[in-house]
Amino acid sequence: MDLENQKRVLNLTEEHGAENIVVVLGAAEGEAAGLAAETVTAGDPTFAGPLTGVQLGLSVFHVCEPQIKDEVDAGVYDEQVGMMEMVMDVDDIISEMSSIRDEFCKYL
Amino acid sequence: MNCVIKGASYILAHTPDMVLENGTTQTTEKIVNPNSDYLKELPNHLRTYEEAVKYLPNQTYIGNMHPDQLAEIPQPWTDARIEGMDKRVGKYGEIMPQEEFYLMMQACDVFELVRLDKEFVAAHKEAFLANPVIDESIAARLHEGVDAAEVEHFVNDEHAEPLYHNRKLVGYVKRAHDVDVNLSAHVMLENMVSKASAVLSLLHLLRQEGVNKDEITYVVDCCEEACGDMNQRGGGNFAKSIAEIAGLMSATGCDVRGFCAGPTHAFINAASLVKANTHKYVVVLAGGCTAKLGMNGKDHVKKGLPIYEDMIGGFAILLGQDDGINPVVDTEHTGRHTVGTGSAPQNVTSSLVTAPLEAAGLKVTDVDKYSAEMQNPDITKPAGAGDVPLANYKMIAALAVKKGDLEKSQLATFPTEHGMVGWAPTQGHIPSGVPYVGVCRDDMLAGKIKRAMIIGKGSLFLGRMTNLFDGVSVMINANEGIKEEAAAVSQEEIKSLIGKAMKDFAASMLAAAETDAE
Amino acid sequence: MGFLEGKKIIIIGDRDGVPGPAIEECVKTAGAEVVYSSTECFV
Repeated sequence: MDLENQKRVLNLTEEHGAENIVVVLGAAEGEAAGLAAETVTAGDPTFAGPLTGVQLGLSVFHVCEPQIKDEVDAGVYDEQVGMMEMVMDVDDIISEMSSIRDEFCKYL
Repeated sequence: MNCVIKGASYILAHTPDMVLENGTTQTTEKIVNPNSDYLKELPNHLRTYEEAVKYLPNQTYIGNMHPDQLAEIPQPWTDARIEGMDKRVGKYGEIMPQEEFYLMMQACDVFELVRLDKEFVAAHKEAFLANPVIDESIAARLHEGVDAAEVEHFVNDEHAEPLYHNRKLVGYVKRAHDVDVNLSAHVMLENMVSKASAVLSLLHLLRQEGVNKDEITYVVDCCEEACGDMNQRGGGNFAKSIAEIAGLMSATGCDVRGFCAGPTHAFINAASLVKANTHKYVVVLAGGCTAKLGMNGKDHVKKGLPIYEDMIGGFAILLGQDDGINPVVDTEHTGRHTVGTGSAPQNVTSSLVTAPLEAAGLKVTDVDKYSAEMQNPDITKPAGAGDVPLANYKMIAALAVKKGDLEKSQLATFPTEHGMVGWAPTQGHIPSGVPYVGVCRDDMLAGKIKRAMIIGKGSLFLGRMTNLFDGVSVMINANEGIKEEAAAVSQEEIKSLIGKAMKDFAASMLAAAETDAE
Repeated sequence: MGFLEGKKIIIIGDRDGVPGPAIEECVKTAGAEVVYSSTECFV
């Protein structure tokens, strides 16, 4: 994850409290989504950014996961994400995200 | 007068040492994690020049292999080899080795900022001068080089950026100002690489049949760098500096920017200049980008893959007045991502694809080939960005189904029939739509296709001035020959037309007066 | 009440997936507050 984004995640978590934060991702593939999810839960796996070794354990979802999709206005979701959902491998994304959450998420 | 595509050139330079020294993934890692395993492991993943030349997507970029042929080779293409596909030169350009590219950079420098070790120059001068695109005027620009001690001095004591070859220090790019960060050695190196690779592209274009450099009156550069000093950081003008080295004595020019969408913006701008008869021949070009070298290197190293992002890219396209033969740029039906479009992927695609098609009265399937973002999937897939061209084609197909232009059962075959596999290096603007222009021209001249669409997209939000995305698109049509202009209207006819109009006007006035009287 | 309601949302969108502003439009409808939205680019 971009170093500036990691810094912002860290600062915002300190400001609002980790239990109040939900991170929503838009990554194109399962693996990239998993890496971003790992970064905001277990720390930066690439050891490059401010989240290296920082286990925030934040709640994190991909926008295509049912937990997010079901809470969002269906019309707006369809308009903003609907077609991209057809293009992405949603099952793969869900499986990557679930495994990271099960292992590292502290606020579910 | 319609604007046609008169020629296109594509070049690569293999720069493995620049991956280590100048790619931002690596320079950032050196700051935050100088002892990282990645930095230790990286050199073991660099390709040799020969490996880079034999890599089929690179052969495709310089025109030795058609994208359709590349599509037949199973991915990944890492180890795929075809006999005979190992040529430095292709019909669109060449793959230049690093040592010659350093000489090219020095030859393109007009401020004595780039200096090479004299032994290095002596060792590679002959090969550089043997290149048929290097004419006498460029040969005369070569400096004999400096002592190794001078190179070390500038690198160690004067903030110069080192130039390494096989990890050995062979030259430097020095800062152009002691205080101004916009003229720092880092910026000068980036700009010099961009300029040199654009010049090389232009030199290849000038050698193509039917290209006359004295006729070119305007050059548009569309790279993603900025040149200027502290009082005008992006003042420009790469275009003219490139035209100068290539000896385009009749040309001026300017820089057009739009992130990765820049080339398509520039292409449309340039085509419109020709269409409006402001210029008869305009070149659109761009050099490559050192910052993006090894951009996704961490993922490539982690997966035991070579560093694919070791190539600097460049291209040059000549647009000119209709000759009745070359493919025509449709300047009237262009797609644009507007401020109001928003960032929903379907809105982006409809503004870029279906909107201009509707305006032209065409269906999605009326376009034979779409060239969106032709990034090589070997590079992007291991990095988690997916197959970018394929995602674009799937999106266009999904929209076509929604509009009733395509049967749902045709969704799966659309990307193969109307798209291509990506073959361009992830050099930002370089893969964006334009790598296909050369192939497109050849295929239209051969009668293989009739209509294509070039789509450029840009991540404007990276500049932190807006959260908006951007994109533009333009269609290219096979030339159907110059149509006869409508017969000229004679002076007599004009007189009689005016006379009739006057009579009609008088009659209507009289009628109105009569009505009023009643 | 959904679990997003009243939450502080951090969005990391993707230029080649779903961009930040598109996700923003979505989560706003669930009563969440977007505190940061960005889009990453790998190409």
